[in-house]
Amino acid sequence: MKLKLTTLALSALMAAGPAMADLVFPSLSYRTGPYAAGGIPFADGYADYFTLLNERDGGIGGVMTKLIECETGYNTEKGVECYESTKGEGALVYQPLSTGITYQLIPKVTADGIPLHTMGYGRTSAANGEVFSNVFNYPANYWNGASGVVNYLLELNDGDLKGKKLALVYHNSAYGKEPIRTLEELSAKHGFELSLLPVDHPGQEQKSQWLQIRRERPDYVTMWGWGVMNQVAIQEAANIRFPMENFIGVWWSGAEHDVMSAGDAADGYKALTFHNVGRDFPVFNHIQKFVVDTGKAAGAGDQIGTVLYNRGMYAAMLAAEAVKTAQAIHGTADIDASMMRDGMEALEMNEAKMTDLGMPNFGPSFNVSCENHGGPGLVGVTQWDASSKTWSLISDFKATDGDVIGALIAEDSAAYAAENKIAPSCK
Amino acid sequence: MFYRESGDFKTSYEQDSQTFPIKFDRYRYYAVLAIAFLVVPFVINDYWANAILLPFLIYAIAAIGLNILVGYAGQVSLGTGGFMAVGAYACYKFMTMMPEVSMFVHVLLAGGMTAIVCVAFGLPSLRIKGFYLAVATLAAQFFLVWLFNRVPWFYNYSASGQISAPERDVFGILITGPNAPAWATYMFSLIFLTFCALIARNLTRGTLGRSWMAIRDMDIAAEIIGVNPMKAKLTAFGVSGFFIGISGALFFSVYLGAVEVGEAFGITKSFLVLFMVIIGGLGSIFGSFAGAAFLVLLPVVLKVVGVDVLGWPTDIVAHFQLVIVGALIIVFLIMEPHGLAQLWRVAKEKLRLWPFPH
Repeated sequence: MKLKLTTLALSALMAAGPAMADLVFPSLSYRTGPYAAGGIPFADGYADYFTLLNERDGGIGGVMTKLIECETGYNTEKGVECYESTKGEGALVYQPLSTGITYQLIPKVTADGIPLHTMGYGRTSAANGEVFSNVFNYPANYWNGASGVVNYLLELNDGDLKGKKLALVYHNSAYGKEPIRTLEELSAKHGFELSLLPVDHPGQEQKSQWLQIRRERPDYVTMWGWGVMNQVAIQEAANIRFPMENFIGVWWSGAEHDVMSAGDAADGYKALTFHNVGRDFPVFNHIQKFVVDTGKAAGAGDQIGTVLYNRGMYAAMLAAEAVKTAQAIHGTADIDASMMRDGMEALEMNEAKMTDLGMPNFGPSFNVSCENHGGPGLVGVTQWDASSKTWSLISDFKATDGDVIGALIAEDSAAYAAENKIAPSCK
Repeated sequence: MFYRESGDFKTSYEQDSQTFPIKFDRYRYYAVLAIAFLVVPFVINDYWANAILLPFLIYAIAAIGLNILVGYAGQVSLGTGGFMAVGAYACYKFMTMMPEVSMFVHVLLAGGMTAIVCVAFGLPSLRIKGFYLAVATLAAQFFLVWLFNRVPWFYNYSASGQISAPERDVFGILITGPNAPAWATYMFSLIFLTFCALIARNLTRGTLGRSWMAIRDMDIAAEIIGVNPMKAKLTAFGVSGFFIGISGALFFSVYLGAVEVGEAFGITKSFLVLFMVIIGGLGSIFGSFAGAAFLVLLPVVLKVVGVDVLGWPTDIVAHFQLVIVGALIIVFLIMEPHGLAQLWRVAKEKLRLWPFPH
């Protein structure tokens, strides 16, 4: 596949005449290991969208895109190796799809002047662009997610969560620990009880955690899981007959493959999202026509319309739009990483743009600015229907608790700035 | 022809007991040192440093440490990942508590701290051995990882439970953090590796090393001829812990920069270092280097060949990597149970006779 893409890009380049460098997008993917189930559709979506741009539009602004895939296996050491081996190729933006690798890369990309986009993962306080100049996490982050869960529960309980019990089942890593601080603040604010249940990597063993849930009988369970951990948790929840409609996963715990294995028992399971689900968007017809039918798809072509494929495609779309913005700002089609950074910082997404791209109402409208690299943080809720095997949006994208999150972001980014001697500023 | 003792006359005891008694060996050793210290720093770039040389240097230190324990003293340990974590977290705490102190001191202190922890977990070795000891050290592995995950003091109460290395320097040259130049991180690790290898080589040739080997070969016989088993075993744990701690500290501060204990220092790390020692050769300092080089370089070489040269999909290459590394480990264990070091030894024997084998 990569060879085909490269030769394709090369031949197109030769046809284009004057030597122009490609727009290089490294894809730090993981198609192996315990997290591959989530890594594959995301990587496919990411790759297919760039292939579509090359095939249909002849690249972005007349410059072909080139995807360099590098297998990380969700492992930080391999992630560093991938970063070092691809950054010399003119990489425009990194999207590692791993919070652990993100933490490695934040200082490195800042030193090398390459932007890092961690959409819905990574270090939440990177939303403060004054401190994290090269890191972006629009359109939503984990703390929006945590607040989104609580807001949704408030809605269900007529605005009162006093005396309710919420259990957080989380991957015992930087990723899973991210929401704890926000949930603690929110539990103090709204008066619900929070219990924390860590699950160790890779998450196949969760008997004791679910036994504890069975004993403590929390009203709601929320989950920060990834990879094989999701399937196991949903199966365990089904085993103890925990009511699925009271079980809400973050957006990384709400894909088709997570719920399929539990069969009908998973019916009613809920998950957050920051973009739309399903395949009723014109862009997928284009992908089918230009990418899958011509045999250029990154994967088998069967993932189109799944939650994580959509997310990978959404990530690629935001990157491509940032490239267009950068091209407009700097007046050149052939941009480099620092121009890309400016493009990401000036990115504006609105409904008209998305409709043009064949993705009406696919994600929220937002503007990125230097002060806010995090976007609006609008969170929706989806629910799984086991009989029709589809996710559907049951709560539209709504704002999250900006007061609590904003204060936490300011506090955490200030601590980072002090630790690394960064003077917060907007250049 | 070149590689022989004859004609190389020793006129003093110092000459007779030097590290490399054969002239060719000695010059090769000097040449390697000269290239490593005088040539590589000038040609190194980020990719070579961060993807190949740093992991090699750091794993080589860990392999030397484990080789002392497993190869020389015969005490099986599966706790290497946990002990590396002790080094990393100790280094982090020292770095944040005493920012003005040189990195050299931090890393050495981290090594010392790990040595103490390692001795404490080595105490069961006085009563149990073999598989039972392996299980006791396995417990250390899980306990230590759990501890660093559980107690927020170790990661300075950061929200994510990660530790990340702040910028620290040695004589004004940045060693840690993203702005540290590649040559500086390389030199820093190389100095530690050279220092560790020299100490290890000389310890294993002296009284202490001989008492370790005596314990390894037959502990009862060793005790009868006057080797103190408690002293021998605990010093082996201590010295091994010191080296492993240094490697853990470097792994965190110089190589990765940010670490999450469960992911970076999990049980897989213990096995990886153990494989290095077994493939390289138990009871050999050279073997530690060879094993580390083999297991660090092989995946990178396979990736370069598979993805960049042949253009195969990355997932197929990643799966092939597992198959090939696994198969090679089995092949090695069957064909050459004494590891790469034995191949080297055989090659040297052949060289000694060459070109007149009869």
